[in-house]
Order: sequence, then structure tokens, then C-alpha cells
Amino acid sequence: MQTATLVWLIPLPPALAFFLIAIFTYRKRALSHWLALIGAGLSWLFSMVVFFRAIRSTDLGEHPLVASIPWLPLGEGWLRIGIHVDPLTVVTLFFVAWTVLMIFIYSVGYHNFGQPQGDHDIAGLPPHGASVQDALGQVHIVPSVEPMYSRFFAFIALFAFGMFTLVVTDNLLVLYMAWEIMGLCSYLLIGFWYARPSARDAAVKAFMTTRVGDMFMLLGLAALYSLTGTLSYREILSNEVVLETLAQAASPLLGLSWAGLIGLLLFAGTIGKSAQFPLHVWLPDAMEGPTPVSAMIHAATMVSAGIYLAARFFPLLSAGWLPGESLTPPMFWMAAIGSFTALFAATIAVAQNDIKRVLAYSTISQLGYMVAALGVGAYTAAVFHLVTHAFFKALLFLGSGSVIHGMEHGVLHSGEKIDPQDMMNMGGLRKKMPVTFWSFAAGGLALSGFPLISSGFWSKDEILSGAFGGGYIVIFVLLASAALLTAFYTMRQVTLTFLGAPRTLSANHAVESRRVMTLPLLVLSVFAIALGWVGIPDHFPGLGGVIPNWFGEFVGEMAAAHGPESYSLTPLFTSIAVSIGGLLLGWWTYRKVEAGDKDPLERGLGVLFRILRNKYYMDELYHFIFVRPTQWLAETFTSRWIDRVLLDGIVEGIGKLAFGLGRIFSRWIDLPIITGAGDRLSEGLRDLGGRMRQMQSGKVQQYLILTTLFTFMLGAVLFYLFILA
Amino acid sequence: MTPLQIVFLLVAAITLFSAVMVVSIRGMMHAALFLVLTLMGVAFMFATLGSRFFAIIQILVYIGSIAILIIFAVMLTRNIMDAEVASLNRGWWFFAPLALLIFASIVLVLSSWSAFATLRDLSSTSGENILEFGKALTDPNGFVIPFEVASVLLVAAMVGAVYIAMERRGGRG
Amino acid sequence: MIPLSWYLIVAAGLFVVGIFGVLTRKNLIGILMGVELMLNAVNINLLAFWSYLYPQSLSGLTFVAVVFVAAAAEAAVGLALIISIYRRRTTVNAEEINLLRG
Repeated sequence: MQTATLVWLIPLPPALAFFLIAIFTYRKRALSHWLALIGAGLSWLFSMVVFFRAIRSTDLGEHPLVASIPWLPLGEGWLRIGIHVDPLTVVTLFFVAWTVLMIFIYSVGYHNFGQPQGDHDIAGLPPHGASVQDALGQVHIVPSVEPMYSRFFAFIALFAFGMFTLVVTDNLLVLYMAWEIMGLCSYLLIGFWYARPSARDAAVKAFMTTRVGDMFMLLGLAALYSLTGTLSYREILSNEVVLETLAQAASPLLGLSWAGLIGLLLFAGTIGKSAQFPLHVWLPDAMEGPTPVSAMIHAATMVSAGIYLAARFFPLLSAGWLPGESLTPPMFWMAAIGSFTALFAATIAVAQNDIKRVLAYSTISQLGYMVAALGVGAYTAAVFHLVTHAFFKALLFLGSGSVIHGMEHGVLHSGEKIDPQDMMNMGGLRKKMPVTFWSFAAGGLALSGFPLISSGFWSKDEILSGAFGGGYIVIFVLLASAALLTAFYTMRQVTLTFLGAPRTLSANHAVESRRVMTLPLLVLSVFAIALGWVGIPDHFPGLGGVIPNWFGEFVGEMAAAHGPESYSLTPLFTSIAVSIGGLLLGWWTYRKVEAGDKDPLERGLGVLFRILRNKYYMDELYHFIFVRPTQWLAETFTSRWIDRVLLDGIVEGIGKLAFGLGRIFSRWIDLPIITGAGDRLSEGLRDLGGRMRQMQSGKVQQYLILTTLFTFMLGAVLFYLFILA
Repeated sequence: MTPLQIVFLLVAAITLFSAVMVVSIRGMMHAALFLVLTLMGVAFMFATLGSRFFAIIQILVYIGSIAILIIFAVMLTRNIMDAEVASLNRGWWFFAPLALLIFASIVLVLSSWSAFATLRDLSSTSGENILEFGKALTDPNGFVIPFEVASVLLVAAMVGAVYIAMERRGGRG
Repeated sequence: MIPLSWYLIVAAGLFVVGIFGVLTRKNLIGILMGVELMLNAVNINLLAFWSYLYPQSLSGLTFVAVVFVAAAAEAAVGLALIISIYRRRTTVNAEEINLLRG
């Protein structure tokens, strides 16, 4: 098949799966998940074919594959939709397809397919477990199947559709639509267990917070369209004249150029979607959804979309910038916000006990790296980290889901009332869940950037050397300290979860998850370890040049003029030092945590630890600044004053006026003139009416029946008289 | 059979099937959702007829507002038609053949008309000329009167609907 | 290359299904949905005639627009009536509503 046709087809199978499941097969669990799996599998297959064809072509960066059809008629001309395949699209497709497929497979196991129905499970709550009798007559409690199993697969299929559409499209409008589809899906999936108030709140929070960023992005989109008359990537981003004009023309705001203003507005969309400070608050709460959803949001789709947008519009963001010169306003803000977020989120992650929450903050932190890398112009490094991060973060989330699953199993067995997600309740799971342990360790090493044998090392090293080589020392220091903290909390997590001795009965009874869950973990670990080797820089001591830097060449075509040229050993040694140092420090601090112990850091840090544990009180701050005033506005101002007093007054006034007019008509015109004449007539008609009233049953449908019958007969007669004759 | 024809037949089948479901399914909420599906099918037909504008309007007005209104009404009047009561009245077995009869006679009458099987290559048309249409709607020599009448009708209906549905204190009217 | 007849047949089908719904549904909202189906059938016909026979003329489009407005008005008033009736008599069953009995 033609490559272009294949690209058109990529987003369709999951969409089809969504509709089929939602309309027809929602009662059949197996059929539903097979539909979703086949949908994701087909998309994966198409993506892989496109990927392998693309890497064999030579100058995809210069001449991207494009095709489009007219879609919406506008006053003048058409809005066209189409596809756009360049190296960025191809590598994004690669990791999206893999992670999505793995998450789909994993979900089958995560939602306990094949287990019995729960004893008192209800839709909207996580399954509680079912009791079964074995052959000896003993009653066991085993995990029970998710009550809304099919609904879950319908939603994530729609989610995958949104992401694939976003990746292959060739214009900003469709990107925005796909972006919003994902916003909707994240709302639906975070609030999947909607009977829990916390899940409902988290869903609303995620939706509203990202909406703030989206609003700015929509403004940027509108500005871009009104200035250039198009939203197509090719016509804006590959067109030097357009970029030049935008970079020169002054906008009415803050002395920015139009390119700067639009860049900042689009970047606000990234801030919302990729959870950068100050709009990061939704992402940790998004953990209320099922774990595959967390992996979906944090690795494969949602947050990657924000970085993808920033990378896609890098030519616009950096319009007018040359390496070595001062940064453009959008780039400056990206570098500042990104590096700040990286450190800020990493400090919070250090003090969290929920296994998924640690990962959530680490996601925010890693996204900060990518944003900062784009900000300092290290385009290739940012995209590289996007890809490696997608794989190892998906792996970590699925691994933590597997841990939680094992712990829930233990809780059902032991009957303890403990939180199966709290790392303080775990420990020693290494022996209980070996596959999960080893794959989680691979992911953890990649996250902390362990030298040579982890993909995270290569991409993070490139970001650090990009920041250092460009001369942005503050950014470099911020990112390096974030990397130290990253290694520290990763090791803290691994130590608390897997090493040592079990701290609770439940942890002692945890069991390894089923193969349908561990298999995706193994596949993803391979990527988490080996993926870095496709992007080893040429000037890396010892290894450089042995394996060609395929990634750098392939993606580097996109931004040929950008990227740092110089190479220094300082960032390399820094990244090795912080990574290994952080890991050792983490292990040393947490190696001997007993059941019931306080966090060792809590003793050392005191008040600071409490601030970190409470995420710098950002949620409380937002509640005070935004939520309370909004409630006041809605309840007191709008509802009580505007609505009840002003609007109701107007409506009732009109009503009263009409009623008064009616009374005047009735008194002076109707009664003397019309009624007088009518009375005579009516008396004559009354007799007739008395006879006709038998037909009047008062039932509207009987009247309609007569009307239909007579109309039909009349039509037949007319046809016979005038047409046949 | 061109691909367009196949797709058309498919969509027509879905549209008619969901229309039948609209009038026959027991739950009103399901009926309303099937109504949405039917309306989508109709929007598709508008699009194949070369009227992209009305296809969009169909989605906006019908699915976006009318169907939502209906769903609201269904939810507001819930729990009244309980499941034991049949959803169709007693005469339905009589009207099913009657409806078929009417359908047959309409098709019969139409098929005797010379333009019935007109063929036209729709893919070559550029769609309706929205600019001209918009101008004609406000042109005194065009359709300004129907346009104004429709506007007045809409306003009257709005005021009427608000008045009827408004909760009154004191039970008058 | 779809013949005009296909559209007309689909529209006729939609129309009689709508009639059937209007005549047999007990629920008032169901009746209203039937009416919507019939109006849609009319619109398909109008647009089909316009597209196949008089593509240059604008009257067909105007008719369609007016039908749209009428449908919107009908839905708004109809549903308001239904809500009002429901509030007064706590029923939306067309067979129980016979205030107009002579």
C-alpha cells in the first residue's frame, strides 16, 4: 500500500473500536477487549510499516510526506486536512504505537479479565474482590473483574485515536481537536471510578487546569490564522518568508514580536498539557484513574502531546534565533519554566509515599527537562528524551500497577486494612515479584540516568551537554541538581518497594502478576535499556562512532542549523556523578527502614519535609486564589444578583406586560364585539357540535391517525385523477 | 458499484435501522441516542449531496441542540414510563402495515416520474455557493421575507417556550 | 454516481418510520422524535431535488433553512409543553392526556 494511505489509516482502527464497543459489544467483555486490541494492533502495524519505510528514505526532513484533501468550505477557499510525515512524526509514531499497544495488552490483566464477578462490586468503584469456594470447601477471596470493563477499553481506544490523529495531522486545527479529544478522554478516564469523590474531583481538576492552557493556545491559533491565513505546518513552519515576517512584525503586547507572542501562547498550551509549573497540579491527582490510564496519560499520549506541540512549533518559537545569540522570549520562558519545573517537581517527589505519586512528580520533572532542552535549542536532545522517557515511564507506571496489583492480592489474602499503594507498607517484593522487580529496576535506572546501560542516560546527557554547551550555566545547574534528586527518589522508591524485608503481612503475601501483565513490562524494559544506543553522540569518548548516531542524524534534519556544536566532558562527568551519587545516597538512606518507622528524611529535614510532602501547599493556594472567588462569583454575584434580580425581573416584567395587554384586549375588544356576535353563531353550532363530539376523544394520536388516513386517501385520489388520467 | 455507492448504502442502512430503533426501542434514553445516530446519517447524506454547509448545520442544530434538548426532556420526565408498560400503543400492529403501504405507494408514485433516476456526478460539484446564499437571504429581491418570517417565528417560539415552561407561583394560567 | 432515486427512497423510508413513531409511541417525547425524523426526511428530499435538478437556484436552500428553523421552534415549544404537562399531571403518556375531550 502507498505510505500516504497507510498514514491516513493509522488513527482509524482505535476510533472504529471505540464506536463498535460503545454501541454494540459493551456487554461482551472478551469481544470488547479484542476489538480494542485489534484496533491498537492495526495502528501499531501501520505505524511500524510507516516507520521502517521512513527511515529508509533519505531526506524526509527536507521533503516531508504530505497529502491533504479539502474539508471545510470557508468564505474564500477551503480548509484542508491532511497528513504530514517528517522525522518528528515518525519517531513520535514509533513510541506512541509501541506504548499504546503494550498498555492495551496490560489493561486486560490489570482489570482482572477472566476472574469472577465481585460479590458486591458496583459500577464506578474499583473491584473489591470475589469469594470463591475451592474443592475442599474453603472460601478464598480473589480479585474480581472490573465492573465497567468494556467501557474502559472503549475510552482508551478513543484516547489512542486522539493521539494518533494528533501525530499524523498536518495542521494546527486538527491538532487542537485531537488535543481536546484527549482532554475529554483524560477527564473520562481519570474519573473512571466516578463513585469515588476524589476521582471525580481529580477528573474535574485535570479538565479545568488543562483548559486554562488550552484557552491561551486557542488564542495563539487564532492569531496565527489571522496573520498567515493558514494553519498548515508546511505553509507556516517550512516557509522562511512567513517565519521571517512573523519574527519582525511587532505585536501590540509587551513589545513582543508576533512570533514571540504566538510562541508564548502556544507554549501555554504545552504548560497545561505537559503539566509544567504553574499548571502542574492536575497531573498528580490524575493518579485516581486506573494505572494503565496513568501510563497512558504520562507516557504514551497526553503529556507527550504537549512536548510534541512545542517541538513541532520549534521553528516558530525560535524564529529569529541563531545558536549562540540571546534566546527569543518564548525560548527564554521555556528554558526558565522547564528547568524550574524539573527541580521543583523533583523535590516534591522525594517526599511522597504513594508509589504512583512519586512517578507522577517524576514525570513532571522529566517533562521539565524536555521543555528546558527545547528552550536552550537542544532540539534533538529534547525529542530523544521524549522518546526514551515515553518508554521507561510507561514501563515504570505499568510496573507500579503490577506492584499495586500484587499488594492488593496480599491485602485480600491477609485482610489488613492498609493502603496497597503506600510504599511504607511494602518492602521485600523483590522475591515475591521477580519479573516486576527486574523490569522496574530497568525503568528506574533509565529514569535516574544510569551510565551506558540505560536509555535515559544518553538522552539526559545530551540535554545537559546542550545546556552546558550553549553556555546556559544556571539552567545546567538546575537540571543537574534535579538529576541528582531524580536518582535519589528513584532509589528511594526501589529500596522501599522491593529491597529489604516485607514490612506488612500483605507485602509478605504479594504475588507476581499474570503473564499478560508482565509481558508488556519485559518488552518495554528492552526499550528502556537499549533505545539509548541509537543516539550515542559521535564525540562520546570510547563509544562515539562505534554505533552510528542514527537518531541524531534522522531527527537532526528537522533543525539543521540549531543545536550546540561544542562538546565538553564536564556535563558527561556531572551526569554520571549525579546519577550514581543519587542512587547510592538513596539506597544508603533507605536501606534499613523497618515497619512503623518514620521516613528517615523527615528526621533530617523537619519542617521542610512537611512542606515537600504537602507539595509546597500549591493546591491549598490555588483553592484560596481561584476556587473560592469563583464560587463566590457563581453563588453570590451571578446567581443571586444577576440571575435572580436582574434577569428574572426582565422576564417577569415582559410576562406581566403581555398579560396586561391581553386583559385590555379582552375587556374592550373581545367581550363586547366578538363575543356578542359569536354567541349567536355558537348557539347554532352547538347542536352540530353535540353530534360531532363523539369523535373527540381528546387523544392526540387518534386525531393523527384520522389525519394520516385521510391525507393518504386524498393523495391517492389526486394521483389517480391528475397524474394517471 | 463505486465506493461512494457502497458507503451510501451502508449509511442509509444504518440511518434507517436507527430510525426504526428510535420509534421502537423501549428506553427513551436509548431512543434519543439512536436519534442522534439517525441525524448523523442524514448529515452524511447532506454532505454527499454537495451541501457541506447544511451538513454542518444539521450537526450543529439537530445534534447539538435539538437532540440535547430531547435528552434533557427525557431526563426531566424520567421514572414515569416504567419498564412494564409497553412503549407502543395497542394499535401498532395495524400501523406497521399501514406505514409499509404508505412507503410502497410513495415509491410507486415516484418511480412513475421521469426524473426519478436522474444521475449526476456529484463529486464534480463544488457545493453550494454560501456567499451567494448568504447575500440572497438578506437581499430585498431575494429571500429576505422568508428569512425575517423565520426569525420572528423563532423568537416567538422562544418566548412561548419560556413562558410555558416557566414555573409559576400561585398556580395561575 | 448515486441516482436521485436512492435519496428519495431513503427519505420516504425515514418519513414513514417517523409517521409510525408519531402514531404509535406512547411517550410524548417519542412522538416528538418521530416528528423530527419526518422533518429530516423532508430536508433530504429538498436538498436532493436542489442538488440534482436545480443546483443553480437558491430557493431550495432557503426552504431547507426555513425547515431547520421550524424544526428548532417545534422542538423548543414541544418540549416546553411536555415539561409543563408533566409538571401538572406527572405523566408523559399520550394516552392519558385527554384534556381536549369533547
